[in-house]
Parts: sequence; structure tokens; C-alpha cells
Amino acid sequence: MLTWTIYISFLGMALLMCLPKERPQLARRVALLTASLGLVVALIGASAFKPDGGIQTLVDYSWIPTLGIQYNLSVDGISLSMVMLTAIIAFVGVLFSWNIETRTKEFFAYYFALIGGCYGVFLSFDLFLLFVFYEIAIVPKYFLIASWGSTNREYGAMKLAIYSFAGSALVLLGIIAAYVASGANSFSLVELAQHSFSEGQQAWMFPLVFVGFGVLAGMWPFHTWAPTGHVAAPTAASMLLAGVVMKLGAYSCLRVAMTLFPLGLQMWSPYLGALAVTGIVYGALVALTQKDFKFVIGYSSVSHMGFVLLGLLSLSQIGLNGAVLQMFSHGIIAGLLFAVVGRMIYDRTHTRVLNDLQLMQLRKTLPFAAIVFVIAGFASMGMPGFSGFVAEIQILIGAWHGFSAYAILAGIGVVIGVAYTLRVVQKAFYPDKTEISRAELKPMELEPITIQEKVGAVILLACTVVIGLFPGVLLDWIIPAFESPLFDELRKGVGQ
Amino acid sequence: MNPLQFDYSAILKLALPETILVLGAILVLFIDLTVMRGRDAADRSSVLALVSAIVSIIGIFVFQFLPKTGSVLDGMLVLSPTTVLVKQCILVFAALTALISWRVRFTEHIGEYFALILFATTGMLFLSSAQHLLMLFVSLELTSLSLYVLVAFNKESRASAEAALKYFLFGGVAAAFTLFGLSLIYGIAGSLNLETIAMNLSGKEPDLIFYVAVVMALIGFGFKIAVAPFHLWAPDAYQGAPTPAAAFIATGSKVASFYILLQVLYVGFGEFAGDAGGGHFESGWQPVLAIFATLSMVIGNLVALAQTSVKRLLAYSAIAHGGYALVAVMANSVDGTAAVVYYSVTYGLATLGAFAVVGVVEDQCGDDSMTSLAGLKERSPVLALCLMVFILSAAGIPPLAGFFGKFYAFTAGVKSGSPDLGLIWIVAIGLLMSAVSFYYYLQVLKQAMVLPSAKNAPAIHANPVVLLVIVLVAISVILLGCFPTLLLPDTGVAVGVLSSG
Amino acid sequence: MSNLPFLTFITFFPLLSAVFILLLNSRMSGMNRMAAMGSSFITLLATVVVWLNFDPQSAAMQFVQRWDWIPSIGVEYHVGIDGLGLVMIMLAALLVPFALFISPGGEGKGYYSLILFLQTGLMGTFTALNFIHWFVFWEIALIPAFFLIKNWGGRGADRAAIQFFVYTMVGSIALLLAFLALFLAAGRLESAHPFGFLELADLARSGELSSALSVSLSSFDAFTTERGLMLFIFLLAFLGFAVKLPIWPFHTWLPQTYAEAPTPVTMLLTGAMSKMGAYGLIRILLPIFPKEIQALQTPLLALALASIVFGAAAALMQKDLKRMLAYSSINHLGYVALAVFATVAFTFDESTAVTERTAALNGAALQMFNHGITAAALFGFVALIEKRSGGARGMDDFGGLRKVAPVFCGLMGISIFASLGLPGLNGFVGEFLIFKGVFGLMPWAAVFATPGLLFTAWFLLNMIQKVFNGPLIERWKEFPDLTAKEILVVAPATALMFVIGIWPQSVVGVLNESMKALASGLGN
Repeated sequence: MLTWTIYISFLGMALLMCLPKERPQLARRVALLTASLGLVVALIGASAFKPDGGIQTLVDYSWIPTLGIQYNLSVDGISLSMVMLTAIIAFVGVLFSWNIETRTKEFFAYYFALIGGCYGVFLSFDLFLLFVFYEIAIVPKYFLIASWGSTNREYGAMKLAIYSFAGSALVLLGIIAAYVASGANSFSLVELAQHSFSEGQQAWMFPLVFVGFGVLAGMWPFHTWAPTGHVAAPTAASMLLAGVVMKLGAYSCLRVAMTLFPLGLQMWSPYLGALAVTGIVYGALVALTQKDFKFVIGYSSVSHMGFVLLGLLSLSQIGLNGAVLQMFSHGIIAGLLFAVVGRMIYDRTHTRVLNDLQLMQLRKTLPFAAIVFVIAGFASMGMPGFSGFVAEIQILIGAWHGFSAYAILAGIGVVIGVAYTLRVVQKAFYPDKTEISRAELKPMELEPITIQEKVGAVILLACTVVIGLFPGVLLDWIIPAFESPLFDELRKGVGQ
Repeated sequence: MNPLQFDYSAILKLALPETILVLGAILVLFIDLTVMRGRDAADRSSVLALVSAIVSIIGIFVFQFLPKTGSVLDGMLVLSPTTVLVKQCILVFAALTALISWRVRFTEHIGEYFALILFATTGMLFLSSAQHLLMLFVSLELTSLSLYVLVAFNKESRASAEAALKYFLFGGVAAAFTLFGLSLIYGIAGSLNLETIAMNLSGKEPDLIFYVAVVMALIGFGFKIAVAPFHLWAPDAYQGAPTPAAAFIATGSKVASFYILLQVLYVGFGEFAGDAGGGHFESGWQPVLAIFATLSMVIGNLVALAQTSVKRLLAYSAIAHGGYALVAVMANSVDGTAAVVYYSVTYGLATLGAFAVVGVVEDQCGDDSMTSLAGLKERSPVLALCLMVFILSAAGIPPLAGFFGKFYAFTAGVKSGSPDLGLIWIVAIGLLMSAVSFYYYLQVLKQAMVLPSAKNAPAIHANPVVLLVIVLVAISVILLGCFPTLLLPDTGVAVGVLSSG
Repeated sequence: MSNLPFLTFITFFPLLSAVFILLLNSRMSGMNRMAAMGSSFITLLATVVVWLNFDPQSAAMQFVQRWDWIPSIGVEYHVGIDGLGLVMIMLAALLVPFALFISPGGEGKGYYSLILFLQTGLMGTFTALNFIHWFVFWEIALIPAFFLIKNWGGRGADRAAIQFFVYTMVGSIALLLAFLALFLAAGRLESAHPFGFLELADLARSGELSSALSVSLSSFDAFTTERGLMLFIFLLAFLGFAVKLPIWPFHTWLPQTYAEAPTPVTMLLTGAMSKMGAYGLIRILLPIFPKEIQALQTPLLALALASIVFGAAAALMQKDLKRMLAYSSINHLGYVALAVFATVAFTFDESTAVTERTAALNGAALQMFNHGITAAALFGFVALIEKRSGGARGMDDFGGLRKVAPVFCGLMGISIFASLGLPGLNGFVGEFLIFKGVFGLMPWAAVFATPGLLFTAWFLLNMIQKVFNGPLIERWKEFPDLTAKEILVVAPATALMFVIGIWPQSVVGVLNESMKALASGLGN
């Protein structure tokens, strides 16, 4: 059932390509239908999922026998959480793209190509197939940004595409090496995980694959594509990019690098953990200094993904749980933040410069946006009651267990996060009265928030609050998933 | 060999498709001289294109009914299922080339044009099935000479003439190298048949002369497949030649040349491969190929970055892809054969398609610079989409054929050194260069799909036949990418395995 | 009766009311105000019921409610109160209606719902017995405070609000990190509730906690010993409370924030929110880290003394009434810290030690309650002065008010004397108990604290002199006296000051058993 999420997305893409280009409203409706169907299918699949059933295979065909490649789509708790995230963001993204006027059907065609690729990565349990979907997701990103983006879009798109592709080149090298070194003529994740690669092999294969995927996850110092790319991208693309696509990288780090090379993980985790923590602090510090609203959010994504990576590398079960939860949580929250900044504010005011926004009294003209952003800001800070808090405490516990110094640095990162969030909340919506005089204020006549935006924002807010108050909903999927035999080797090397 | 003892019926049976092609060439000339006399060049070309295509397609079908194995004349014509597959693919390319020449206007000598295409195809067919040094050389020459002339066919363009001259001169020198190398081998091994050569040389300690011979032969082949450092003719040829001719060189000729390279190296010198794996170097032809491959991958991609002409860019990308395919050749295994066949065919399809699109644009806009592609999405959405398919396949993006080709080639390369992953270093270079190549491929796509068209850019109306061909090729690229098993030869029966009669 | 979810009710009812007010589509602030007041009265009523049903003889937690929230990481919804908790929730329940009444009116529904939201945070922290559960409310209380300061505060409010929030967050994150480390350690000991305060205290007492900690955080082995590690974790946790209380030198956020915040909010800040810090010291820090406090006793006492002395000295130098009272708060809360730190003193005589400790702790808790009432009253009066004077609140602006507003000055005078610690009023009892206990445990500390008393007396009397006595300034000729409605509000607070002053047993009675239990648990 869940496999239909992939097929529906690609069918939607094909259908959209055939639509006449003079009818944008039709394109929007088709897009909404596709996204809704995807969401429905995901929900049905989720309800049919048995959390204690380990990996549940959905489809398994022999595809290219000479190389032992199977068309294998399966799902476990971790995959399912990610599929849900994709489904939600896909749906909400369509709502927030309702105002795209130029080449609408093309936009949504690329959009669903990207979504289909994402679903595919999360559901693939054959390494080759996973890589195929991973690559499929790269090209639509380029076009979405280059054709419909804003600041510096061609450069941002190219940088993003090249970085992604370079990262995947590293990964491909690792995959081929692993396949050949294992001797088993198979690309199945489960089978390869059972093979124990020698220590020497793991010593270079692990960092190769992890860093390769880590590039897409925004790992410092290979993160520079992220702020540029996210800022250049149109709102829905930013939401997808920061919300889902960066998670492709982190998910694959877990699914491929950590599952296949657990010894390599142990060898490299202190060093890569240092990179993760640097990303947390660096991202937060840079966010603090940005003049452009969207750049703040872009860098905050780098910082939050640093948390995910820290959790993954913490060598602790709790840290792993927290990392997956944070993937979901940050996906939702990032989506929300970009939606406000991009769609609600920028599309109306045509500026993202904080000092200019300060003068516009947005709190009075866009009260809904102000409230949503404030709530989203608190969620992003890791305030209890929202999904980020539960994820972050688990990651911090994991970090304490792994490398205590990193926990403290990450804590500092959280505090800086508070600072930059408050700074933008203040500048954009609650300007400091001492800094500007009445005379400089220039409130604008802005069009009201549309119903699509409201629905989208409410859905995302609801998700973060529900998971914040009842994280068991996702943890009930995630924790048993780590019990499955696939992670046996990983668990052995990991404590608590 | 006593000619009177030849079993002509056997020869004819195995060589039926080639015979049909020759007859077809004559038929084309005949029709042109008689029936179509006095007609307009465009009309003549459409009819003759159709005839040529039909002839090629008949050839494809004939292969289906022929025995899939067999050998005549002491290895001059050796068939195996893989060889038959390769020959069919060459015929497909011939047909496609003919069809994209529909209504060409750059020459009045239409009949000669199509006849030359068919003759070149014949040469390629014989080349693929040759396991005899003499046959190899003769068919190589037949192919080359036909192609030299085809390149020069656009008499109105100086570039065409210059390209042809360069191609001819380079080709002549390369042919000399090949011939010299092959004769040295004959001298050393005492036979012209590849299998006999292998038998005679087996177990012997190779000496300097042998290496010289092999290297010379490789130089000659290297020219034909346009790998660095023997690539200098390629960009000019691709850019200057009339589009269908360039397409044909990049496709059919490459497939045949790669395949014969495989034959010679695997069947003839399988033992002397040596090892280019990191950590345990052994001299042989594998390290030599490693040098060619690395140079091609690096030079091809880096120089392509600087190109403003799409055709030259495609040429350099072809050089790079030659490098990638060489990695598969280096594998010296059954996987290597399968990978090379798949790669050269699918890359050929993508290149043919890309050339066709560029050709259409060039016809209507006058030049083949990247900027003339601007706004193709609005001017002709179908062409733009197909171009995207071809370019992304070349870039190696799944689920298109180019991805699997590269993947298989690299995997075959790494597998061959197993269990210690010897050739992984060259695969690493290959992947790195692929990442570089992504940049220039995206530039092309940026022009076509993202940028708006220039103010007075003319609309593009492609000839319906050409358009149909382009679309069909695009579909096949997608299909072969999703279901590679359609094209993978049954690797249980590899080239030259002792199965011929 | 103890089985009914009273604590949950008093925690969440204000939140529901806040939401209700937000959804109320009324423009009239009168309606919002009434709804908020009504809600706070209901909460107060419920709290009184709890008080009446509380069993002072038992030292165990009462009105306990407990269910699993996130079992995989040992987070529970676990509430319960003992004497200390009871006194705190009573304080919060009393202060909120007071603050609401003192609010000048016309603020809009956001203001009222935020105040109720803040009440939820307060009630939540005073009743929570599981760290994460506690932490949630601790953090959540910051959000309404931030907005209340920022949107309804004075000219420098934006900056003050951010400073307040970020400062507190730094402390909170340190606290969080400390407890996450303890979680790891307790988990290693197979504790069923690695975030529970009571459970952690037990583990700490038995000494297992610190050894488990050093095993869990093995990467610290290179840097420090087991003792050192526990000290480090203690310091992290301490930071959180130190900022909140605040203790010198972590107090620098306070004067600005108190001065810029709207006065009713300052009332809540000083009356209730600062108590969250003090409460945390007693409930959380003391039971879990007694050995660490003992090890660092001298520096900690020095910090407490600094707060006492410098707080009062700084108050002396202020001209702005609000700032003066702000510094005075630092001073008064310093006494609480002093008592807490003194209780872990090493003594030879165990039996008297328990008595002294109990006295100190009783005093600390009582001081918390008293200061809450008194400070709230004082700020209330300042608010009234502001309302009448149109915003002026410098000491030099006023003079001779006694002549035109005798009732006002009389009642305010009572509050001032209570703050000073005049016997017969509530302030005295708290301070007396503290000094008694501290002197018995650490005599020198008590001695060094006395200058604080002097300074306090000095500035308070100074205020009386300047503002009430002296020549009447022309401007204030028309200064209205207290209206009947205002008297109705201020009188109960003043009455309470007398009641507690004369009959301290009313409060200490419920405290004693719990504090005794806490004290005996400290041992040596």
C-alpha cells in the first residue's frame, strides 16, 4: 500500500506534464489531489503497520539478476516516520504554492518528481534502488530553484545540485566498494548488513558513505550549499528542501553507512561528532548575524541538522531515537518557518531584509503570520510542549553518553538558538521601540492571508504540538524499529 | 586457405545481413540515378532515407533467423549471441542515422550519401565479428574511409572539409600504427586468428617487441574510440561534420570499435592483461588502458567545461565517456563485456538523440552555440524534454540508461580486482569527474529549460520524421534505463569463449 | 478527597481560562478582566480547599497524581505537594488575583490570558515531581513573562525582555544538561524513574549516583575524579537556579527587567517567579546534591551573603522606587539562599542539627511566602502611586504624602515595616527563624548577614522619610487617597502580614513536618 505513495507522485507528475499550460488552476487542483492521495495512502499504510513486526516487505522483484539487484520496497518504523513527514510536507507545500502563476504545471511536475524520489528513498531496502531514488531527487531540485526561485537563483541552484551530486558520487563509490567487497552478489541492505566487512575496509568505507550522504544533510563544513540554496528556492521548494530532502541525507547515513559499517561508526564517531557539534554552534552563530530573514532560517536548518547528526553519531540508543524524532520534528518546523518567511511575508512585502521589515509593523498587518511565526519560533528553540524538545533532550542524553563535551557545546548551541530566534521575532514582528521612531514606520497595505496558507500553517502547528505532547506516537514506531535484526551489529557497538 | 574449398553457402548464410546492406547500397545508388533523377534534393533524401532504413531493418530481422553461433574462414566471421546483439544494435544506429537525414539539404549527392552510410555500416558489421587480424583491418578501413568521406559531405562548409581532413590524416596515421602493430603480432604469434594467437602465446614470457606491438595496436584503436590522448580529431569532426554523420561516428562506429577492442584483448591477449590495481601493479594492457582512461576522463570533462558550442561539448563528453567505458574493458571479465556493450549502445542512443536535437536547432537558428538553445522549452517543448532525457542520461542520472551504464562499467571494473578492490582508484577518479561533468550538462539544460528565449528567436519546427525518431530514442533511453536486462547480453555466453565452431 | 485531581485542576484551569479569554470576542477589556479575575478566584478557592484538606502531620507527598507520559525516557506526569509545595501554590494563587486587580485596565485580552498562562506555569513547577515534567512548566512560564514584559512594559522593555529570556535560558539549559546526565546515571542503576526527584534523592543519599555518573560520562575520566564530576554537574544545575533566584552575581538581569516590566507583572515576577528558583533550591538541589553543597559551602554562603549585603546596599542608592524594591528583592531572597546553604553544615551533634536545620528550612520557606506577599504589596502600592502620578516613581518626586493620603501611607507603611522585619509582622518570623537556624549551623555567616538588615532598615526608612514625610510638594496636593475598592484589595494582604506575624504557626504548621523530613535526610 505504501508503495503507492511513490507511484501516485510520479503519475501525478506525468499527468501534470500533459496539462495545457494556460490553465494554472487546473494544475493546482491536480497537484492538490496528488498530494492528498499521497497523504491518504501514507495514513492508511501507517494504520496497517505493525510496529513490532520489524521490517515489513512491500514489494520484492528481481530486477537485474546479473548484479543481484532487487526492486525491494519495505518499511520499518523509521521509514514510516519519514514517509509521514514527506506526505505532510508535500500536502502543505502544495497549499503554500497556490500563488505560483508562471508555468504552474511545470512547477508541480518537478515538485512531484522530487516527492516521488523522496518516498522512494525512504522505502527502498535495496541499496541500488535507494541510490536510484536518491539521484532522481537531485535534478528536480535544480529546476525548481533555477526557474522559480528568487535571490541568486541560478547560482544557488547550481551549487546545490553540484554539491548533492558530488556527495552522491562519494556514496556511489562506497556502495560499489561494499558490494564488491562483500562478495555476495546482492545489493540488499539486509544481506549486506549481515556481512561483516573487515576493520580496514570499514575504516574508509564508513566515512566515505557517511560524509557523502552527510553533504545532503548539511554536515559542516559541506553545508554551504544549504543556506544559499534554501534562500534562492521558492517557498515550497525551501520547505521540501529543508524539511524533507536534508532528511534524505541523514536517513541514508543511518540506513546505509551506520547499518553496514558499525565498526567504522565507532572508529569515526568522535571526529564526525565534532563536525556535527561545530555545525550546531556555527550554524547558530551565523544565523545570529544575518540581515536577511530567510538566511536566518537557512542557517538554523544547518544548526538543527547538526543535532540530528550528533544524535546519530552519539553511539547510544537514546541518541538514535532522538535523532530520528528530530528529523521529523525539524522537518515540520522548518516547513513552518519557511512558509511564514517565504510565502506569508516575502511574497507580499518583496523584501526579506530584517531592518526593512522592522518598519512595516507586520504584527498589525499580518497578525496571523506573527502568531504562527512566534509559535514556530518557540518550537524551533526547543521549548517543551513542542516536538523539538523531546527530540533534543534525547539527543543531549545520547551526547552525554558519547562525548560529554559535545553535550555542553550542543547546549550552548541551544542557547544561541534562543538568541537568534528572539532576534528575528523581535525584528520582524515586535520591533524594539527604542531603536526606531514613530516617524520611520511604514505600514503597508498587504493582502490578507489566504485560506490555503491558514490551513497549511495549522496542520504543521498541530503536528509539532501533537508530537510534542505525545511523542509516543512516533517513538512507538521508532524504538521497535531499532530492535530489528538489521541493527544487530549497530546495537552491539552502541550503549544504553 | 584454398578459395576453392570455401563453403560459400555457409559464408553467405552468416554474412547475409552484410550482403543485404551492400545490395541495398547499390540499390540506393541505382534509385538515385534513375527514378529520382531531376527531383529535388529533399525529396530524394526522404525516399532514399526510407530505403536505407528499411534495408537496415531487414538486416536486423535477418539476424533473428540466422544461427547465433558460427565461424567461417578461419575466424574472419565469428558469431555468438553477444556479437549478433552488437550487430543488430549497429543496424539500428544505421537506420536511425538514415532517418535523421530525412530531407537533408547540405548536399546534392544524396545517393552517394546514403550509400556511404550503408557501406560504413557494412564495415562496422564485419568489424564486430572479425576474429582474424586481416579481416579486422580491412573492415576497419572500409568503415573509416566511408566515414572520412561522410564527414566532408557538406561542401558548403569549410569546417566540414577541415574536419574531414583532420579525421583522415589522424585516421591514416592511426591505421598505420594499427597495421604495424598487428603485423608485429603476426610475426610473434605466427597466426592471424585471434584464438590461435592466444594459444601460441600462452604461457610464454612476453618480451619488449610484444609490448610494443600491443601498444601500437591499442593506439590505433584508441584513435577510433576517441580516447585521450588520441582524441584531438574528435571535437572538430563532431562539430564540422553534417549532423547525421557526426551522430553516426559517435554511435555505430564507437560500438563496433569498442567491441572489436574487447575481442582483440580478451580473446587474443586475455592472459596478458596485467594488473592496474592499486597496490599490485603488473605490466600488461590493463595499465595502458588505465592511462588512456584516466586521461580521457580528466581531459574530456575539464575541457568540456569551457565549451560554448554544444556539439564540441558533446564531443568532449564523448571522450570522457570513452574513458568510463574503458574501465569496463579493463575488467577483463564477462561483466566487462556486458557493460561495454550496454554502455556503448545506450550512450550512442543518447548522443544520437542529442545530436539530432542540436541539429534541428542549428538548422533553424544558424549556429550550435549554447545560447541558441535558450528557451527551447517554449519554442518546442517536446524537443526540450527529449534533450533533457539525453543530457541527463549522459550525466548518469537514474532511471535513465546512462546511469546504469556507468554503474555497471564501474562495478565491473571494481569487481575484477576483487577481493581487494584493485581498480577502485580509477573508479574514484571517474566518479569525481562525473560530478564535474554534471556542471556542464546542467548548463546546457539551463539554456534549454530555464532561461527565456532571446527576443527574436525563431520558432522551431522539426521535421516530423526526425521528431518521431528523437522521441522514440528518448523513450528507449528511459526504457533501457528502467529495465536494463532488455539490453544486457546473456552473460553466460561471453565473447570469444570457446563456443565457436 | 485526596484522590481528586486538585493539583491538575489548579494547574490547567488557568490555561483553559486563558484560551477561553483569547477566544472571547469581546473588545471590552472589562469583560476580559472579569473573566480573568473570576478564573483566578476559582483557582484560589481550589487552593484553599487543598490547604484545608492537607494533613500537616504527614511528611509524605499528598494529592499525588501520576501517569506515564513518555515511558521510553522515563518521563512521567507526576504531581504532588508537601508543606513547601502547598505554601507555594497558595502564594501563587493569592498573587495572581492581586496582580490582576492592580492592573490599570485597558490592556486587551492578550494581557489577561498571558497572566493566566503564567499562573499555569507557576502552579506546574510547584507541584511537579518529575524533572522533565517540572522543566516543561519552568520553561513554559518564560513565554508569557517575555511577552508581558515586552508588550506592556516601559520604554526599554524590548531589550529587558530579551535579556530576561536569554539569561534565564542559559541557566535553564545548564540545568537541563545536568539532569540529563543524572538521567543517564540513574538509568545505569536500573532506576525505574530516572527523572524523579524523590528517586534521584534516594540514589544520591546512598552514594550510588555519583559513581554511576562517572561511569556514564566516562569521557570525563581524563579530566576529573568522581567527586569532581559530581561537583561539575551540581554547578550546572546550580546555575539554573542561581539565575532565577537570583543570586549575586547572576542577578544583573533583574533590575532592568523589574523596572521595565509593567508593575503588576513585576509583582508576579518578584512574588512568584523568583520563588521558582528558591523552591528549586530546596526541593531539587538540596536533596540531590547535599554533599556537593557541603563541599562548596563557603563560596556558596559567600554568594548568598553578597546578595544580601550588596542587594540592600544597591537598593539604598536607588532613586527609582521600582528599582529600589527590585534590589531589595535580591536582598530578601539572599536570606533564603543563606538558609539553604547553611543547612548542610557539618555538625557534630546530630540531634540539635536536625532542629537547627528544620528551623532554617522553615524560615526559608516562610521567608519565601512572606516576601511574596510583602513584595507584592509594596509593588502594588508603587503601581497605585504610578497610576496617580501619571508614571512618576522617583523618590525625589514625592514628599509629604502623609498629609494628603494618610490611609495610603499607613497601609503602605505597614508593608514597609513588614519588609523590614519588624516583630509582629510577617517578615520578622521568617528572618528570625533563618537567623536562628543559620547561627546554630554556621555562626559566622549569620554574623556577616547582619549588615544586610541594617542597610534594609536604612533604605526603607529613607523611603518613608522621603515619600511620606517631609514637606508636601505642590504637585501632589490632589493626590487621592485609597479608594474603598483599593482598600478592599490591599487590606487582606496587610491583614495576612499581621496574622502571620502574630500567629506564624498558621504557615509553619503545614511546613514543619515536611521540612523536618527534608532536614533529617541531609545527614552528614
